[in-house]
Amino acid sequence: MSQTGTTEPGRLQRLAETERPALAFTFEGRALTGLEGDTVLTAILAASPYLREAEFGPERRAGFCLMGACQDCWLWQEDGPRLRACSTLLQEGMRLCAAPSDDWPGPRP
Amino acid sequence: MTRVLIVGAGPAGIRSAETLVEAGLRPVVVDEGARAGGQIYRRPPEGFQRPPRTLYGSEAGKATRLHETFDDLVRNRLIDYHPRCSVLGLRDGAAQVLGPEGVYSMAHDRLIIATGATDRLAPVPGWQMAGVYTLGAAQIALKSQGVALGRRIVLAGSGPLLTLVASQLIAAGARVAAVLDTAPLRTQIRGGIGMALSRPRVTLRGLRLRAGLGRLYSAGVTLTGIEGDGGSPGAVTWRDARGRGHRTTCDTVALGWHLRAETALAELAGAEFAWSEAWAQWLPRTDASGRAHDGLYLAGDGMALLGADGAEIAGRLAARACLADLGYRTDAGGEARDLRQMRRMGRFASAVAHAFPWPSDMVRALPDEAVLCRCEGITAGELRRSLALSGPEANRAKSLSRVGMGRCQGRYCQIAGAEVIAARAGCDLAGVGRLRAQPPVRPAPLGLLAAGAEARE
Repeated sequence: MSQTGTTEPGRLQRLAETERPALAFTFEGRALTGLEGDTVLTAILAASPYLREAEFGPERRAGFCLMGACQDCWLWQEDGPRLRACSTLLQEGMRLCAAPSDDWPGPRP
Repeated sequence: MTRVLIVGAGPAGIRSAETLVEAGLRPVVVDEGARAGGQIYRRPPEGFQRPPRTLYGSEAGKATRLHETFDDLVRNRLIDYHPRCSVLGLRDGAAQVLGPEGVYSMAHDRLIIATGATDRLAPVPGWQMAGVYTLGAAQIALKSQGVALGRRIVLAGSGPLLTLVASQLIAAGARVAAVLDTAPLRTQIRGGIGMALSRPRVTLRGLRLRAGLGRLYSAGVTLTGIEGDGGSPGAVTWRDARGRGHRTTCDTVALGWHLRAETALAELAGAEFAWSEAWAQWLPRTDASGRAHDGLYLAGDGMALLGADGAEIAGRLAARACLADLGYRTDAGGEARDLRQMRRMGRFASAVAHAFPWPSDMVRALPDEAVLCRCEGITAGELRRSLALSGPEANRAKSLSRVGMGRCQGRYCQIAGAEVIAARAGCDLAGVGRLRAQPPVRPAPLGLLAAGAEARE
């Protein structure tokens, strides 16, 4: 559905702390690599200009406040609960999506 | 033992916890962060290498002392610490808490709320685009992740954070295209005198940082729009103090007009509010120590926008007020000293508020097609049109227009929405009223809420 996660260049620029171990993950099915200690938001935006589509407009979104207040950066996981990208640390093997899979309503208690 | 719950582990929450522990209590501290410190003294994840001097500049000593104080409290098991936990609501002497293990209820006898602040935002046409952030976001990205949010950044808004973030980004090697301050030089000079009289060293440090920005900085700016380029910002258009039009190309924009107190939990706990003309927002009513009522104490930027130094003092005062209400004898000398310092912080803060005012005229002049509510893409025109039916009261206007009903719960549109309503209704901002806080104050999975409710029964 979206163009998120294509081979467009990343939005973020890493300025420091680049000597951390690499972690593999996927976003929209695309294999990417982040660094240990990256938030999910950082890891994705280092490789992609967007996190998700806006629900109420034509534009896309890439987070806004980065402190858990605006709720702009909620993403989906292929198998598991939704997560707030700015305040969730990346873990090896995460499989992240910009939109819910077809068999939503997803996570069960 | 009396159960005191502290919400927030920034400068205010940490000093509150320390003060209660010194009196022999063992408070519970709930904090959203993975590591204590709050936003301004936010710590990177474990394993990052930059020293405090690089992260916190002139405030490195304060940040380090605060972190060490808290780490000692945790290590010595003097507090019951719950990181990565959000308080969703407060009712009947219990907090509903969402943590990594689910939703649970936390009973308490007394409550100290130190939830800090967010950036205060004014909409700029185009601000809904990916690549437009808050100033706080730009600082958090740099401090806690070592990244710049873009490759050519325009910083715009007003307040001390504008200059600070610009300087920090430049020092770290990011490319800043322009620093656009909506505050006119006239108010900055008038407010600056008050700032210098109350805190000369802090004011001088700010002036030095500002001087370092050189020609990148412009005062008295009116922002007219953010132009898109393939879904991301391509340029910011603006008028300078003399009315000349400019267009600065960029790929990222960070906006912020000082701070907005995060007061939702204080309201749910029963605090009353008063309109602050200086800060153009509703702030909770407390006594000089932060006491909202017997049992509820507020501290830090969530009570009054005094900044990090004020928050540390307010944290101690709130804890002492709590102890006094419990019948403990507290240190009278320290109390008098802290109250005196708070008055000085207050004088400085109101000078700051006057130096860098909320851009009222710019918001009132928003074109109808400009998005006002970022969450749901509601335009200024849609809000204006709905007013014929809803009238000018904030909550009714929210019900009809949905401005303030989106996922941020009005945190980033409430003040601008009130401004648009006031302009149309011909009343002042206070006359529009205040959006009521609604639990849960953070999103929570319904399944976890249901499981939490079952566990309580």
